[in-house]
Amino acid sequence: MRIVLVGQPNSGKSTIFNQVAGYKAVTSNFPGTTVKYLKGKVNFVGEIFEIVDLPGTYSLTSLDLAELVSRNYLLKGEADVVINVVDASILSRSLELTIQLLEFGIPLVLCLNFMDEAARKGLNIDSSKLSSILGVPVVECIAVKGIGINKLFLTALKMGKVKKKGREILYSKDVEDVIEELETKVLTLSSKLKVPARFLAIKLLENDDEFISAVKDEELIAEVKILQDRLSKRHGKPSYLVISAERHASALNIFEEAVKVGVAKVLLRDKIDSLLMHKHLGYVFLFIFLYGFFNIVFTFGKYLEEPLISFFEDFLIPEVSFLPINTLFKQVLKGLLEGLAGGIGIVLPYLVPFLIGLAVVEDMGYLPRIAFLMDTFLHRVGLHGKSVVPLILGYGCNVPAIMSTRILESERDRFLTATLSTFIPCAARTTIIFGLVAFYIGPNAALLIYLLNILVVAALGKLLSKVTPEAIPIGMVMEVPPYQIPSIKVVLSKTWLRIKDFVVVAWPLLILGSIVLSLLEYYSLNNLLNLFVSPLTKVLDLPQPVGVTLIFGVLRKELALVMLMQALETTNVLTVMSKTQILTFTLFTLFYVPCIATIAALERELGIKKTFFVTILTLIVATFIAFTSKEIVTLLQIFS
Amino acid sequence: MVSLDKAPLGVKVKVVDILGGKGIIQRLNELGIFPGTCVTVLQSGILRGPLLVSVGGRNVALSRGVAKKIIVEVYK
Ligand SMILES: Nc1nc2c(ncn2[C@@H]2O[C@H](COP(=O)(O)OP(=O)(O)O)[C@@H](O)[C@H]2O)c(=O)[nH]1
Ligand SMILES: [Mg+2]
Repeated sequence: MRIVLVGQPNSGKSTIFNQVAGYKAVTSNFPGTTVKYLKGKVNFVGEIFEIVDLPGTYSLTSLDLAELVSRNYLLKGEADVVINVVDASILSRSLELTIQLLEFGIPLVLCLNFMDEAARKGLNIDSSKLSSILGVPVVECIAVKGIGINKLFLTALKMGKVKKKGREILYSKDVEDVIEELETKVLTLSSKLKVPARFLAIKLLENDDEFISAVKDEELIAEVKILQDRLSKRHGKPSYLVISAERHASALNIFEEAVKVGVAKVLLRDKIDSLLMHKHLGYVFLFIFLYGFFNIVFTFGKYLEEPLISFFEDFLIPEVSFLPINTLFKQVLKGLLEGLAGGIGIVLPYLVPFLIGLAVVEDMGYLPRIAFLMDTFLHRVGLHGKSVVPLILGYGCNVPAIMSTRILESERDRFLTATLSTFIPCAARTTIIFGLVAFYIGPNAALLIYLLNILVVAALGKLLSKVTPEAIPIGMVMEVPPYQIPSIKVVLSKTWLRIKDFVVVAWPLLILGSIVLSLLEYYSLNNLLNLFVSPLTKVLDLPQPVGVTLIFGVLRKELALVMLMQALETTNVLTVMSKTQILTFTLFTLFYVPCIATIAALERELGIKKTFFVTILTLIVATFIAFTSKEIVTLLQIFS
Repeated sequence: MVSLDKAPLGVKVKVVDILGGKGIIQRLNELGIFPGTCVTVLQSGILRGPLLVSVGGRNVALSRGVAKKIIVEVYK
C-alpha cells in the first residue's frame, strides 16, 4: 500500500510525514522547502505501508519544477490513496486543489489540518457535511500536536483497500456540455496516458502545456481549439480562465455550505507583524534580530569551545606524545585524535547553537518576513522575489538551497540564484567564521564578514544579471504564513536531523582527512602539496603549511578549520598566524570553491558546464576578496 | 479604478481585473486572487518594494510589478 501526501505548500505535509515515518523531512514555516519527494516505509497502527511526501503544489496546473514533481508523481499512477492535506484556516482556497484531485479520480482522504488555526479564525467547519459534499472521508488534525494522525492513517488505509473514488464536482451546464463533448473525443488518448478522460478534457480546455503537447493528432488539436473558443466566446475570457473561475466559484460554494464563519480573535501576532514588516522599523528590527542572533550563537559556542579545547589539549594530545617518536602508528593515532577533537571541540560548539537558532527562526516564520523586506534590494540586483528563499536556506546548507531553486520559474533565475547561493556562508562556514574570526578577532568582526558577504553577493548578482539575458520575470507572489510558537520537539528533531548529517557524513571525513594529513606529514608529502598551493598562499600572505588545508576544505569546509589547527600544530592559531592572516584565511575559505556536496548539487541542477563556471568564479572572487582585505587591513593598520 | 499599488493602505478594495499573461494570472488565482475578490493592502515596502496584501484571511507578498497588474475598485 502506498499513501501519498498532496497539498499546498505549508499545509503540514512534512509534519504529518514525520509523525509516522520518524523525523526525516525538514519542515518549516516557509513555503517551498520540500522540492523533491521523500519516501518512507512505516509500520504504523499495526500495518506496514509506504508513505510519500510530495512538494507543495497549489494546483495540478504545474508552473514550477517543484510542482511538476508532484504532478508527475501522481500521473505515474503509483499512489493507492492520496491524503489531501489542507490548511483548514484557508479552506476555501485549498478546496480548489481538492476539486482537481477529485477530477483526477483517485481514492482520496481529506485531512483538515491546522484545526487550531481555523478555530482561532472563528471558522466552524462541519466536516461530516464537507465529507458528504465531496464524497470522501474528512479527518480533522492538528499535525504539530499529533492530534488526529492515527485516525487519518486508519482512514487512508481503509480507502486504499476499497479504492472508492470521491464525487465529481460539476461545472455549470454550458461548461459541462463542452467538457462532455471533448471527453468522448479523447478516450483513446486518455487510456494511453492512463488518466481519466474527464480530467484530460478539462486540462486540454485549460490549455495545459504538457497535455496539449501530448496530443499528436492534428484533428484532435483542431477540435480542442474549437471547444476552447466556444467557451471563451460565451464567457468573454480565455478558456483557462473560465475553468479556473468556475472552480473558484465551486470552492466558495462548498465552503459556504460547510462552514459557519464566526468572529476571529484579534491576535497579538498581527500587531507584531505591523511592526516587523513596517517599511522603516522592519529594517531596524531585522538588524537587531541578526545582531542578537549571531551574538547569542557565538556566546554559546565560545562558552562550549574553550573548556572542550583545553580538555583535549591537556589530556588527549599529551597521551599520544608518550608513544615512541615518529612511528607510523603514532602518526595515524594523532590524526585520528585530532579529527575527533576537531569535530567535538571546534565544530560542534558553534554548529549546535547555530542550527537550534535556525530551526527556531524557521518555525517561527520570520524567514518569509525577511524575504519581504529584502525583496526590493534583490530587484535592484536583477533577481526576482522568490530567489530569496534559496538564498536564505543557504545559511543552513547550500545543498537544499540549490535544490530549492526549483521553485523559480525561469532557467535564468535558477542559474543566477543557484550561483549566488553557493556564496552564502552555510553552517559549516559559519563555524569557521565563529571559530576563527569571532574567537580571535571579535564577534563584531564576524558580523562584518556577514555584511561584506551580502554586499559581494549583491554585486555579483548585479554583474551576472547584466550578462545573462533577461527572461520575462514574474515578480514575487509569495505567501506569508502567520507566526507560530516553535514546538520544542520539532526544533530538537530538526536540529538532530541536521547534526546527524554532520556526524555521519562530515565527521568521518574530518577524521579521515586528519589521518591522511598525518600520513602526508609522516611521509613529508604535505610539503609537496603546500608547494603546489604556494603561489596562492604567497599572494595572500598566508603561512605555507596552510595550503594543504585549503585543498582538503573542498571535501568539507569544516575540514579547513580542523586541519588548520593540525597543520599549524597548535590549537591557539594566534601563536602562528597574525589577525590579518586569520581574516584573510577565513575570507578565502568563505568564498572559494563550494564543498563537494554542493558541487554535486550544482551539477544536478545546472549541468557540468555551468558548475565548472561557478567553481572558477568562486575561486576568482575568493582570491580577490581575500587579497583586497589583506591589503586594506595592512594599509590601514587595523590590527596594530 | 486604480491598480493595486495605488490603493490606500488598510482599506478593503475589490479586484475587478487582472492584466497580464497566463502565468501571472494563474499564480494569483492559486493564492485566491480572482476578479471579484476583496483584498486589503497592509504594508507597502520602501523604495518601491513589495506590498503585503491580505486576501481570504491570509497575507501574501506581491512585488510592485505584479500589483500594477491588479486593477481594483476602491469603495468610498
Ligand atoms: N498551528 C499549527 N501549525 C502546524 C500544524 N501542522 C503543521 N504546522 C506547522 O506549519 C509549518 C509548515 O509545516 P510543513 O510540514 O513544513 O508543511 P509542508 O510545506 O506542507 O510540508 C511548520 O512550521 C509546522 O510546524 C497544525 O496543525 N497547526
Ligand atoms: Mg514539506
